[in-house]
Amino acid sequence: MEVKFQETKINLATGGVKVDKEQPPVLLVHGAGMDRTVWSQQTRYLAHHGFSPMAVDLPGHGKSGGELLSTIPAMADWIADLIGELDMGPVRLVGHSMGSLISLEVAAHHPDAVERIILMGAAAAMPVHPDLLGAAERNEILAPQLMTAWAHGARAHVAGNPTPGLWMRSGCQALLERAADGVIYNDLAACNSYEAGDIAGQIDCPITVIVGSEDKMTPPKATAQLVAGFEEVDLRHLKGVGHMMMIEAPDQIREMMLSALR
Amino acid sequence: MVEPDYLKFDTLSLHAGQEPDPTTGSRGVPIYQTTSYSFVDTEQAAGLFNLEQPGHIYSRISNPTVAVLEERLAALEGGVGAVCTASGMAAFHLACATIMSAGNHVVASRNIYGGSHNMLNLTMPRFGITTTFVDPRDHDAWRSAITPETRVLFAETLGNPGIEVLDVPVVAEIAHEHGLPLMLDATFTTPYLMKPIELGADIVMHSVTKFLGGHGIALGGVVIDGGRFDWAATDKFPTLSEPYDGYHGISFVEEYGHQALSMRARAEGLRDFGAAMSPANAFHLLQGVETLPLRMQRHVENTATVIDFLETNDAVSWISHPSVSSHPDHELSKKLLPKGAGAILSFGIAGGREAGRRFIENVQLASHVANVGDAKTLVIHPASTTHQQLSAEDLSAAGVGEDLIRLSVGLEDSEDIIADLARALKASQKG
Repeated sequence: MEVKFQETKINLATGGVKVDKEQPPVLLVHGAGMDRTVWSQQTRYLAHHGFSPMAVDLPGHGKSGGELLSTIPAMADWIADLIGELDMGPVRLVGHSMGSLISLEVAAHHPDAVERIILMGAAAAMPVHPDLLGAAERNEILAPQLMTAWAHGARAHVAGNPTPGLWMRSGCQALLERAADGVIYNDLAACNSYEAGDIAGQIDCPITVIVGSEDKMTPPKATAQLVAGFEEVDLRHLKGVGHMMMIEAPDQIREMMLSALR
Repeated sequence: MVEPDYLKFDTLSLHAGQEPDPTTGSRGVPIYQTTSYSFVDTEQAAGLFNLEQPGHIYSRISNPTVAVLEERLAALEGGVGAVCTASGMAAFHLACATIMSAGNHVVASRNIYGGSHNMLNLTMPRFGITTTFVDPRDHDAWRSAITPETRVLFAETLGNPGIEVLDVPVVAEIAHEHGLPLMLDATFTTPYLMKPIELGADIVMHSVTKFLGGHGIALGGVVIDGGRFDWAATDKFPTLSEPYDGYHGISFVEEYGHQALSMRARAEGLRDFGAAMSPANAFHLLQGVETLPLRMQRHVENTATVIDFLETNDAVSWISHPSVSSHPDHELSKKLLPKGAGAILSFGIAGGREAGRRFIENVQLASHVANVGDAKTLVIHPASTTHQQLSAEDLSAAGVGEDLIRLSVGLEDSEDIIADLARALKASQKG
């Protein structure tokens, strides 16, 4: 669905189902250079299981208009404002990678906007390899290639897509290639410069963190450092899965999300 | 500078799309010879039918053996997804039917397989889809043939039977300038020789029956979705960008974005048209794909040796293959097909139609069949077979002369191929 927000057309995928304001809203936030479609294996399922999912295209991403937001706090403020605009009350906020940083910031600084958060591919800091950052700044295809190579576990580089006929590696690379010039660099730079500080201690809502054992972009050790700061956390592990866990292990993620969201 | 540690082409040919069978540990791809799949419960069944979760329902729509081949071919082409079909023609129809409706228009190369030409020229107009055919080398012709109703540009990577090399980046740019996708039949090149998606193509189709299978024992086709074309940039592709009642108002672009074409082609096209690949054929074709790099290398080597021979034979009046310096696309071929311009060539036989008939009847090792891309060397006289439905005018426009022999060079010892051709050429001149 499209909403006009801050004079800009913003796009949200709702699983092909009209948003039901009587159902608990779930806002899903994508990672760097990506868009709503990273949640395509979850949104339609949630829409038919008692929720109103909305996978947002951040400004300048996917089918949303608007200017790119250059910092994680700015993206978080924007998400918080969007939640207010949707007028459905506090949401269950689900973030992947850069989206997890945004979710952390929203939960810490806009506590009334969220009921709980689910983080995937999360870490307190997301330093970006200088070669990747450079390639992204030059809008070279190397950037989507490196991100794709590092974002998948070993299994996903060979096979294992449960959706018949889809090939994960090119799916990820094509999605990143479709980003307009400057988008990937903007997002990676935002991740690279983000400092979470003691944010974990500022979050009061329930938190679920899902970790992929083969995640090279936010390795389990980095996630563990973040998790250590939470007083209480629902920590889930996925064996043999990389950073793109919603696509690499969609069935498990659906089950984990459903149980966490309920 | 770091490089992406992607698995390489030869490795993907053997492994992509398959893990050892989770139940039995079978290393080979099992043939799931089944029509249907048991549902866990009604909720799971509903979820599968409603595209809420992935999985197999009925083998007309998807099958685990076929899915391995689909994932492997998508991997080799660099596509986001693939849908296998009963034949190459079924793949062509599936792609057309997925993105077009009555009133739409195609701009196509005139130098294409006779079956594809017939479908566009004779069959599709009955369903309201018309085609303008153009010289694939005439870039202005591509541009000027585009109308407001045009929805796709279509050509073959190597034309049939003149082996014209399509300037893929240029024609792709023309298509994209007009907000249109470029669809290519890459049967003659296979992803080993050319990766059209990397050159700008948006949809790639194959007759998998040919080089990809290589053995000539199983029919199959595939549509590969490049995933880079923005179907929602205009209102020209409502089947992908607008809500579809067939799945309770889903918009494939909205939900699946860059994989919209793959998802719609399967969810609607295989469901409704039913041109599914059989699991047994998928198994056979997978055996071929495993050796694709080795075979294509040998095909190309043998082709070069055969061309060297034909160039010195007095019964051969001309040779059409991009590796020959006189071919109009020789330089382009070196740029777009650095590993070789395939194993199919045409040559003219001195003496015309009768000499051609005698040649065909005197080959012993080479097989006279309506096929190409087999491990065995194949010959045919297109004017009397693959292109015989075409009118004289269309035949001429397609570059098929009465003296034209099409040769698909196989994997036999090149000395044996040449000995066979030499004998038949000699016999052809004894009229």
